Amino acid sequence: MFTKETLERVAERHQEWEKLLAKSLAKAPERLERFSTVSDEEIKNIYTPEDVGELDYDKDLGFPGQFPYTRGVQASMHRGRLWTMRQFAGMGGAEETNARFHYLMDHGETGLSTAFDMPTLMGYDSDNSMSLGEVGKCGVAIDTLADMEILFEGIPMDKVTTSMTINPPAAILLAMYIATAEKKGVSRDKIGGTIQNDMLKEFIAQKTFMLPPEPSMRIIVDTVEFCTKEVPRWNSISISGYHIREAGSTAVQELAFTIADGIGYVQACVDRGLDVDDFAPRLSYFFNAHVDFFEEVAKYRAARRMWARIMRDRFGAKNPKSLLLRFHTQTAGCSLTAQQPYNNVVRTSFQALSSVLGGTQSLHTNSLDETLSLPTEHAVTIALRTQQIIGEEIGVTNTIDPLAGSYFIESLTNEMESKALDYIHKIDDMGGILKAIDVGFPQKEIADAAYNYQRQIDEGEKTIVGVNKYQMDETLKVDLLTIDPVVEKRQHKRLAKVKETRDAAKVEACLKAIEDASRGTENLMPHLIEAVKAYVSVQEICDCWRKVYGRYTDPGMF
Amino acid sequence: MSDEKIKVLIAKPGLDGHDRGAKIIARGLRDAGFEVVYTGLHQTPEEIVATAIQEDVDVIGVSSLAGAHMYLFPRIVELLVEKGADDIPVFGGGIIPEDDIPVLIKAGIKAVFTPGSPVDETINWIRENVA
Repeated sequence: MFTKETLERVAERHQEWEKLLAKSLAKAPERLERFSTVSDEEIKNIYTPEDVGELDYDKDLGFPGQFPYTRGVQASMHRGRLWTMRQFAGMGGAEETNARFHYLMDHGETGLSTAFDMPTLMGYDSDNSMSLGEVGKCGVAIDTLADMEILFEGIPMDKVTTSMTINPPAAILLAMYIATAEKKGVSRDKIGGTIQNDMLKEFIAQKTFMLPPEPSMRIIVDTVEFCTKEVPRWNSISISGYHIREAGSTAVQELAFTIADGIGYVQACVDRGLDVDDFAPRLSYFFNAHVDFFEEVAKYRAARRMWARIMRDRFGAKNPKSLLLRFHTQTAGCSLTAQQPYNNVVRTSFQALSSVLGGTQSLHTNSLDETLSLPTEHAVTIALRTQQIIGEEIGVTNTIDPLAGSYFIESLTNEMESKALDYIHKIDDMGGILKAIDVGFPQKEIADAAYNYQRQIDEGEKTIVGVNKYQMDETLKVDLLTIDPVVEKRQHKRLAKVKETRDAAKVEACLKAIEDASRGTENLMPHLIEAVKAYVSVQEICDCWRKVYGRYTDPGMF
Repeated sequence: MSDEKIKVLIAKPGLDGHDRGAKIIARGLRDAGFEVVYTGLHQTPEEIVATAIQEDVDVIGVSSLAGAHMYLFPRIVELLVEKGADDIPVFGGGIIPEDDIPVLIKAGIKAVFTPGSPVDETINWIRENVA
């Protein structure tokens, strides 16, 4: 970026400044012995052209929409269209969640995002003993297509895109979404949205797992193959770093393990015989926006550059769309505090800003009460307004990638990339991400980082306002959302009625077809769509898979 | 009783997969000199109580971050009573709204640690209350 002469002159000036600084520090030392990011990466007192002397604008940055996409995946970025404001929502039954969807859309939200309850996420129906006390608690309960039809009542499925955070039963929920749309006369090539469908990060971090890794991967590849052919606007996997970070990883680990997962999925699809340029354009990413502002901006920029290079050089992708790392962001739930909860609005704002400056395509801002319960309508409105203020009020979207060229940001971007690549090489040497998960490598790295961070908090090395510094006796209380126990009863009743009125012989035939396809190699998706249309339940299909493939249980390392 | 002899079961009841807190507590207690058994995820209350009895633990710590604590925590205490093992105290942690805490205490949970509690708070509580 700089001529040799400039760099020499800068080095001279730098030395002069060091002397000046030494004098000043002799009088008053710095506030801290060591300055570091929330991920414990040491940060220098100043960054200069010396730190980015090797940076090549053409090769390493380019323009938005141009290789290597460091500055953004679209040419016009947020000047063309703001990111999709997509608030994750789901609570109680389909009725309550449908009402929340309508509320959010009436207030300017531009895309839907569905949270399911734990039983649905784990492949159990509401009437199972494992579901006791959990129905509708942290998301919406979906047992059969009857619930899904209520959930999307009045939603124009040809216009609104929907993200569904679902993993082991992702293929089933996608089948239900297709079936619901088709019942409304919207064909499957017209619907758009995302299923998370990222089991690798479940084994690594979020731990919503059901089947062992190999069959989990097989079902994922089935969905990718099917969507490529029949649901062209669907993002078949949302490769997620969010949960890796929430589990306590550093920013570099989030970046590294998420991209390593991405490599794992692309490889599995290529191994199935799919052409990388047919499916890669529909892979999307999902990152966390944590509290360390610049580190986060650097992370998103590094992620785009890494993915573009990996897709081109490692997988030989030729379609420019295959090289784009498009991503959704959620602000860091784990950064919110139960103490002085209104401070969470401030935290969330800065986090959201980092993702916007980092070029996100879609964003969920957490509500101030989410460390205590699911958000109330009041709290979620503030969270949505935060995005609207960033997008339309404070001027940060006037120009694209405004932090580019900052010595610090560019240097940090390089550093994130290089440290994440070290991890990826290590994982390659282990034989790939499945092998690494099998020996517990990413799990152990994350647990170590989480423990280190907690120790830093406990010892006051890192500050959390209101928690380990500036505490106060609190009288201020926030209203919390509670889930009416009637939801569980209503869910039992509806499921019983569906089971009574559906065609039992058809259900049996569908389950037999799924079992046969699961044992063989035929794509499961057409069978799943047929089954959900016959009102076969989530658990009935998952039980069939558990029978064929066995279960994955937590190794319980700590 | 010295620390070395206190045996703690850290348990994750229900379908919730958030294990960051449970693992940090497990490791923190181990580093503080306790003997720690961790159940791993997705345990039923029945499984947790069976493990506690089989491992002959002195105290059980249960963690929940997905909203099912009002059913799962008291159920564990109930089962301990049924099995005649209610001399094993139970403490809880996780996303627990403040209003739920007195209800849990009344149901026999001895202490509840919410987000932001330092690990030492749990360590000290065990030292003071388990003997």
